[in-house]
This record gives sequence, C-alpha cells and structure tokens, in this order.
Amino acid sequence: MTVQQPNTYRSGPDERGHFGIFGGRYVAETLMPLILDLEKAYEDAKADPSFQGEIDSLNKHYTGRPSPLYFAERLTEELGGAKVYFKRDELNHTGSHKINNCIGQILLAKRMGKTRIIAETGAGQHGVATATVCARFGLPCVVYMGKTDVERQKPNVFRMKLLGAEIVPVTAGAGTLKDAMNEALRDWVTNVDSTYYLIGTAAGPHPYPEMVRNLQAVIGNETKAQLMEAEGRLPDALVAAVGGGSNAIGLFHPFLDDPSVKIYGVEAGGKGLEGDEHCASLNAGKPGVLHGNRTYLLQDGDGQILEGHSISAGLDYPGIGPEHSWLKETGRVTYVPATDDEALEAFQLLTRVEGIIPALEPSHALAHVMKLAPQMDKDQIIVMNLCGRGDKDVFAVGNMLGFDL
Amino acid sequence: MPETRIDRRFAACREAGRPALVTFITAGDPDLETSEAILAALPEAGADVIELGMPFSDPMAEGIPIQRSTQRALAAGQTMNKTLSMVRRFREKDDETPIVLMGYYNPVYVRDPKKFVVEAKEAGVDGLIIVDIPPEADDELCIPALEAGLNFIRLATPTTDDKRLPTVLANTSGFVYYVSITGITGAAAPDAQKVAVAVNRIKGHTALPVAVGFGVKTGEQAREIGKNADGVVVGSVLVEAVRESLDEAGRATEKTVSAVTDCVRDIAAGARMAKTG
Repeated sequence: MTVQQPNTYRSGPDERGHFGIFGGRYVAETLMPLILDLEKAYEDAKADPSFQGEIDSLNKHYTGRPSPLYFAERLTEELGGAKVYFKRDELNHTGSHKINNCIGQILLAKRMGKTRIIAETGAGQHGVATATVCARFGLPCVVYMGKTDVERQKPNVFRMKLLGAEIVPVTAGAGTLKDAMNEALRDWVTNVDSTYYLIGTAAGPHPYPEMVRNLQAVIGNETKAQLMEAEGRLPDALVAAVGGGSNAIGLFHPFLDDPSVKIYGVEAGGKGLEGDEHCASLNAGKPGVLHGNRTYLLQDGDGQILEGHSISAGLDYPGIGPEHSWLKETGRVTYVPATDDEALEAFQLLTRVEGIIPALEPSHALAHVMKLAPQMDKDQIIVMNLCGRGDKDVFAVGNMLGFDL
Repeated sequence: MPETRIDRRFAACREAGRPALVTFITAGDPDLETSEAILAALPEAGADVIELGMPFSDPMAEGIPIQRSTQRALAAGQTMNKTLSMVRRFREKDDETPIVLMGYYNPVYVRDPKKFVVEAKEAGVDGLIIVDIPPEADDELCIPALEAGLNFIRLATPTTDDKRLPTVLANTSGFVYYVSITGITGAAAPDAQKVAVAVNRIKGHTALPVAVGFGVKTGEQAREIGKNADGVVVGSVLVEAVRESLDEAGRATEKTVSAVTDCVRDIAAGARMAKTG
C-alpha cells in the first residue's frame, strides 16, 4: 500500500484520532463518554501552562531529566563505523522512559478528580513507573500483569508491591501484555466513575496515542538540543525498539520533518519471522482493530489475534501504536526485526564494552545499531534510545546463558 | 428500511403482552454440531430472538463465562464461515425467529465490512451488535449494514447520558440494547428500579423496543426487568449451562442441549409473567 506523502509528519492525529486510516476510537459504549471526557480534560490541560510547568518540574527534580546524551566511544570503535550516541533514558528514576508518561498522566488524573489508578504492564517497567507516581501522589494503584510475565519479571513484581500497588495476575490467553490490557479494560468499564486508566504505551483509543507521544517527546526534544550542542548538527540515523512504541515515537517525533534523518524502529523478531514466534506486527502483521485503535496486528486469516513471542516481556505484544503503522505506510520510518539471539548478543556486548547493562527491549535496538553502524561513514552519527536498564532482566538472561542464579 | 424479522417479533411479543426473551449463545460452543443443535432448539424452548456470538480471541467486554465459552468455540475450530453456515442451516427450518450476530469488530473488519454485511444478510442474519464500534464510526459498518437490510443494534449504557443518547440512537434500528450495569457481561446483578428509570429515559428518545441485558440470570429477574423493558437478554447463564454439562475432557454430553433449553424455559416462564403482575 502506498500513501500520499504529507506536507508534515507531525500534525496528526486528526480530530477523530486518526493517523491516516490508523488510530481512532473503537471502544464499548460504556467507555465512550469517559474517553470523550479524557480528551477534553487533556485539551484543557495542554492549554494550561501550569500543567506543563508541573511536568517540567517533576521531570527535572523527581525523574532526573534531562537524561544524558552519551557518546559510546568504545562501542563506536568496536563497530568501526558511524559514531554511536545513546539517549540514556535508562538513567531515569524507575529505570526506563516509562516514568515520562506516568508523570503527565497522573497529573491529568488528579486534575480530573480520579481517585483510583489502573494500569497494564508487560515487563513491569510501566507497572513500576505507575506504582511509583501513585505512591508519590497518594493514589491507590492496581496493576494488571499477565501470569507468564509475573513469573519472568519477579524483581519488578516485588518493586510494585513495595510501592504499595496491588498486582493482579491475568491467566486468560497466554498471560502476557495483550491479556493484561483486556483485563484492565474490563476493570475500567466496571469502575467508570472513580478510575483513571493509565495506559503505558502510545496505543489504545484516541487521545492516548497522541497524549503518550507528547509526554514522551521530551526524549527527542532533548536529544535534538543535546546533539546540536555536542556535534552542531542533526543525527544521520535514529534507532529505537518498538513494542507498543512509546519510547520510539518519543525519540522520533521531533525529527519526523527533518528529511536527512533516517529513522529505524526495531521490532521483536523472536525466533525469526518465518514462524509464529515473534512480535513483528509491522513486518508480519496486517491492519486490524484491537484495544481501541486500528493498527497493524498479528492475526490469523479469520481476524483472531495471535499470541506473540519475544525474549523481552516489554515487546511481547501483537499490536503497535497507530502512529507507527502510519509512519510505516508513508515510508517515513523503516521498521526492521531483531531476533531474540541478536538481542541477547547485543545485551552482552554493551555490558562488556561500555559497562552499561541494558534492558532486553533496547537490546533489540542495539542489535540493529550493530548492523547499521559498520555500513555508515565514520563522520556519520546514530542516536539510539537506551530506554531501559537491564537490572530486571539479569535473572532471565542468567538462565538463558546457563548461570544458576 | 423495510420491516425485518426483528421488528415483527417485537411487535408480536408486545401484542401478546410480554417482553421478548433474547438468548445469547456462542457459535461453535462447545463444538459446531452441539452448538447447531442448541441453536435449533432455542425457539421451541422460549427464545424470541437469538443472539449468536461470533467468537473473538480478545472479548474485552465479557466476563469469565462468555470468555470461556469463546475459548471453547475457538479451540473447537469455529470460524466466521462456520458461523454463517450455522445461520444458513437454521434458516432452512425456521424463517421467523430473528438472529442477531454479536461480537467484536476485528473479525468483521478483516473480512471487509461491506462484503460481510451482504454475506450475513444472504445467510439469513437479521441484525448486528458489534461491541467495539461506536456511532462515531458509523460510516465503516453501521451504514453499510443498514444498506444491506440488516438492523444495527446499539448498546446504550448507564454512562450514556441524555446529551449523548441521540448520537447513539441516530442509526439504531431493530431494538436498543440497554446494558444494565457499568461492567462486563455476567457480573453484578442489575438493580431493577434503576433499570426501570433508565428504560423509561431511553423510551423518551426513541420509539424502538428496549431490551435489557448484562447480569440477568433468573426467571425472577426477567420478570422484574420485563415489567418495563420490551425485551430481556440472557447469555452468561446459558453458556455456563453449557460448561456445567460438559464431561471431564470438556466435551459435550447428551445433557448439553437440554441444559441450555431447560434454563431458557425457566427464564421464559418468568418473563411471560412480567406484564401480568
């Protein structure tokens, strides 16, 4: 499918929440009035300078922003091509980019007078970030997490409990992120008056994809200024991992109208795209409607959603934020897969040569940087979003590498 | 649009002085053959309108009973083609009882909505209830369905206020499905008093019949709710009857069909007393 090139890639979505044919609002009637309320509350908040002021203050003093833009000198030497910079969102409070979104949304929930927060989580990074802001603002927090993910992300489960959140393990389906999202929606539809659903990625019904993108765009905005200061120019390439796609859209969005910047989103290739054990919805799925939006989905010919697979719980989702679907169709962003094995290799390489243990999610992005950098000139620049740290994955990786922890 | 089986059936029930009993089963639960036998037996047991669930892997508005029912059907290999064939075969013997397909948008979307509505009409379907496509997206499926001669039945909920009701009702036809609680199917029991107020509120906006569902499990509840409503919808209790009749390996037994029809008879008896006191 080819799509006419727009004048700008940054004006979406339209008033009905569409990015091209993607996005929109496909929810049960019980939720429609709530979503319309949320949209209005968000519009009001955006127009109120004190809302952005509060976000900026918390970003600086609570999260520790701006996160550094770091030139990875030894990795650059190792790969022998383009200069590799990392946007170090793994250094944020709570250990990933997820906190950027949670701070904005908890402030919105407070403005709306909501008294209870629910969230879904895969790897647990969004759950931890949500539990953190709930502790900070004194609101009760319920986190839905697939049972499979509860098993493989034990450190994060414990962190959420320490932070006072209630964890509800979800046994439906394969017990991963998709199923956790279904269960969170069931909670929301039941507790409509009190509850704010704090979605963790740039997906779901409008206005979530736009709102989460705007809250994560701090990543790209900082990157642009920091690289200008360090190198006096734009990067040649951006690379980020995409699960739902919030860290990626946050990095990409401020650069979408800079045509010299090549942009790569890296999907979880799992055990390879030949079979069903991957989560590469953009490379191996087709458009459909799930969780409130139209987007690329892994599905069978009858429209049943497939369970994806990834070594990384945070990428284990059969869909993708709708703006990414549109960026794929317009050709502005190139989406490529990285397999479990490639991510595991990248995880070890970064640990060894830079002394940074990355999460398995950005390890997928790094796997692509390892392919891309050697093909580029030494005076060219790649910026990769190092969106999470690997503490949570140490046990799982230990198992895979044959260590008995 | 021309009069449909749904219009005729609600008119007939009104004339008979009783609410219509709307029964939900999932197509293909617990297997195609048994599901067809249940479908065929529903009218005689007292079902006035049949909602046939199109199974979907991610039924976000359903409670555990219908989630499980959906999973049983998909595990047994149910597909959209098989669901439409069930309706075709039902129509060979019953040309009166309305059938409404109920489900989620994705299986319809991937088939192409414009193609699907024609296929459904040809198979003998009378209406559609698609949970996750709001009136704001009417151009995608609702309008093509109406053009194909299918009723498009919308859900109105406790959160649908008077300001929003006209939007929800604009292209609704056949009947209005009032969701009696904020929540998922088969959960909390509805409060008959509150439901009566809500039904009267909706009737202030439309001449269409109003059927009430979500959480109705007994003949007594059907009788209470049927005092004001034009129809009472039951679903979770019927798919639970299917589940309870299965053997240890999850297969249908000789009791499966009668477990459902017995349950329908009980609730129909309650519903029939609604307007008589």
